Amino acid sequence: MVSEYINFIVQRMDDILLFSGQHLQLSFMAILIAISIGVPMGIIMTMIPGMSPFILGVANAVQAMPSLALMGFMVPLLGIGSTPSIVMVIVYALLPIIKNTYTGLTSIDRAIIEAGIGMGMTEFQLMTMVRIPLALPVIMAGIRIAAVMAVGYTTLAALIGAGGLGQLIYRGISMVNTKLILAGAVPAMILALLIDRVFFFLERKVMPKGIKL
Amino acid sequence: MIKFDNITKKYGETEVISGVNLEINDGEFVVLIGPSGCGKTTCLKMINRLVEPSSGTIFIDGEDISKKDPIELRRNIGYVIQQIGLFPHMTVRQNIELVPLLKKWPREKRLKRVEELLMLVGMPPEQFINRFPLELSGGQRQRVGVARALAADPEIILMDEPFSAIDPIARTQLQDELYELQEKLKKTIVFVTHDIDEALKLADRICIMKEGKVVQFDTPEEILKNPANEFVENLIGKKRLWKQPELMSVKDVMITNPVKALPSRTLTQAVEIMTESGVDSVLVVDNENRLLGIVTAENIRQNKDKARKLEEIYTRNLFTVRPEDSVLDVLKLMSQKRIGYVPVVDENNILKGLVTRSTLVNLLGESLE
Ligand SMILES: Nc1ncnc2c1ncn2[C@@H]1O[C@H](COP(=O)(O)OP(=O)(O)OP(=O)(O)O)[C@@H](O)[C@H]1O
Ligand SMILES: [Mg+2]
Repeated sequence: MVSEYINFIVQRMDDILLFSGQHLQLSFMAILIAISIGVPMGIIMTMIPGMSPFILGVANAVQAMPSLALMGFMVPLLGIGSTPSIVMVIVYALLPIIKNTYTGLTSIDRAIIEAGIGMGMTEFQLMTMVRIPLALPVIMAGIRIAAVMAVGYTTLAALIGAGGLGQLIYRGISMVNTKLILAGAVPAMILALLIDRVFFFLERKVMPKGIKL
Repeated sequence: MIKFDNITKKYGETEVISGVNLEINDGEFVVLIGPSGCGKTTCLKMINRLVEPSSGTIFIDGEDISKKDPIELRRNIGYVIQQIGLFPHMTVRQNIELVPLLKKWPREKRLKRVEELLMLVGMPPEQFINRFPLELSGGQRQRVGVARALAADPEIILMDEPFSAIDPIARTQLQDELYELQEKLKKTIVFVTHDIDEALKLADRICIMKEGKVVQFDTPEEILKNPANEFVENLIGKKRLWKQPELMSVKDVMITNPVKALPSRTLTQAVEIMTESGVDSVLVVDNENRLLGIVTAENIRQNKDKARKLEEIYTRNLFTVRPEDSVLDVLKLMSQKRIGYVPVVDENNILKGLVTRSTLVNLLGESLE
C-alpha cells in the first residue's frame, strides 16, 4: 500500500514538482502584494485617528465571507485563471498583516514614544527609528500567518483555474482517485509547514537585538 | 530664564493647573514637589510643549514658546521622563547620540560626545557604549537617561521623578552625582519629585504645588523656616523642628578634645585622668592618635590589679562614625544600639572627636525653641 503510493508519487514526480512550483509562485505573488498593501495600510491607520475601527471592520467582514462565495464574485469581475485567484488570496492574507502591523505599531510602551517626541523627533523619525523597528517582530508574525493561509487558499483557487497543487486534488476528487488527492494534499501540507518555518526564521531575524536578550 | 505667565490647563471641564506664575532663573535647580496628581508633570511638559496650556504664556529667555517650532524647541531642552524611556532596540551609544543625530552632528563629534558623557556619569565607555538598555542595572539606565538628556548640551533640562524607581542606596548616590554634576555644569534644571528629602537635598529653590496651584516657591532654608501654611508644614513634617539636621554633620556637633590615654598607661593612671576631667570613660589611642578602643570606669573597677596596663583590658572593635556623617543618622544609630557616646574618626582611624547623646539632645533643644 505504502510502496504503491510511493511508486505513484515517483511516476508523477514531474507533475507534482511543476504544480508545487506553480503553487509557490502564486502564493508568493499574493503574499508580496498583500505585504505591500497591508503594511502601509497598517502604518497609515496609526497616523489617521478614527480610521482603524473602519478598516479593521471591513477587513474582518471580508475575512468572514465564505471563500467559495468570494470566488463566485471574483469570476464575473476578473474571469478565471491566476488573476482572480491571486486577488482572492490577497484579500484573505491582508487581515493578519494589517492587524499585526497596526497592533505592533500602537502597542509600544508609551514612555518610549513620549521620550522620542520629547527629544524632538518628527512623526516620520518616530515611525522609522522607533515604531517600525520595535514593531517588526509583530508585523513579521502577521506575515507568517498570512503566508501559511496563502498556501492554503491557493489550493482552493485551483477551482477557478489558477493551477497549483489544488489542481491535482480536484482531479483526484473527480476521478475518485485517493492516491491523486494525496499527491496534491501532502506536498501542499509540506509547503505550508516549510513556509511557516521560513517565516518563523525571518521573524527571529528581524527581532531587534536589544530585545532578544 | 523660564517664565510661566498666568498658566492654566484644563482637561475638559477640569482645571488641573490654575493661574500658575513662575520664574526660573538661568543656572537654577528648581524642584517641583506636591502630592500625586497636583500637576507637576503637566507643568514640566508644558515647557517642552508636550502639553499646551489652555491659557497663559510660557517664555524662555523672553520668547513666547508657543510661537516656536516645537521640534526645534525640544531638541534644545534635555528631557528625562518618569520611566526613563530608553529605546530598547538601541545601544547606549545610539540612545545618547540621538539628539545630536537629529541635529545632524557629524559622526566623530557624536562619538566623542557619547564617550565624554559616559565618563561624566561614571560609566566607562569601553565597557558600556555598546550595551543595550536591558543589559544595564536600574541605576545605570538612569545615568544613561541623564547622559542622553545632556547630549546636545541644552541649557534647560527637565527631569520627571528620574530616581523614583530605583533602590534607596543607588538613589542617594545618583542624587549626589547629579548635585556634583550641576555644580560643574550650571544648567537650568526643573526636577519633579515626590520626595521632600530629595527636594531639600538638591534644590536651589523648591516649588510646592497643590491641586494645580503654587503654594510656596522659595529656597529650602526659607521653606523650612517659614512654611507658608499648614500644608507645607505637613509636607516638610518633622524637619521643621530640626530645621535642617541633614545639613548638620557630626563635625559640627562633636567634642573635639575627648579624654584619651595611651595603651601603656596603668589602670591607676587612667582613673586619675578620668576623675581629673570628670568623665567615666577614656578613649585609648596610639602615639599617632589612632583610635584603638575604650576603657570605662566600670571596666577598671572590675580589675583588682591596678598596676595592669590599659592595653590588657580595653574594649576593641568600637562602633565609630565619621566627621561628615549626618547628625540625624548618628542619633538614630545611637538610639538603636542604646549607646551614650560614639568616637568620631577619619578614614585612617585617627581620632577626631566624640559625640555624646547629651550634646545631641542639647542641639534638639535649641532647634525646638
Ligand atoms: N491627558 C490627560 N487627560 C485628562 N486628564 C489628565 C491628562 N493628563 C493629566 N491629567 C490630570 O491632570 C492632573 C495632573 O496630572 P499630572 O500628571 O501633572 O500630575 P503629577 O503631579 O505629575 O502626578 P504624579 O506625582 O502622580 O506623577 C491629574 O489629575 C491627572 O489626572
Ligand atoms: Mg507626574
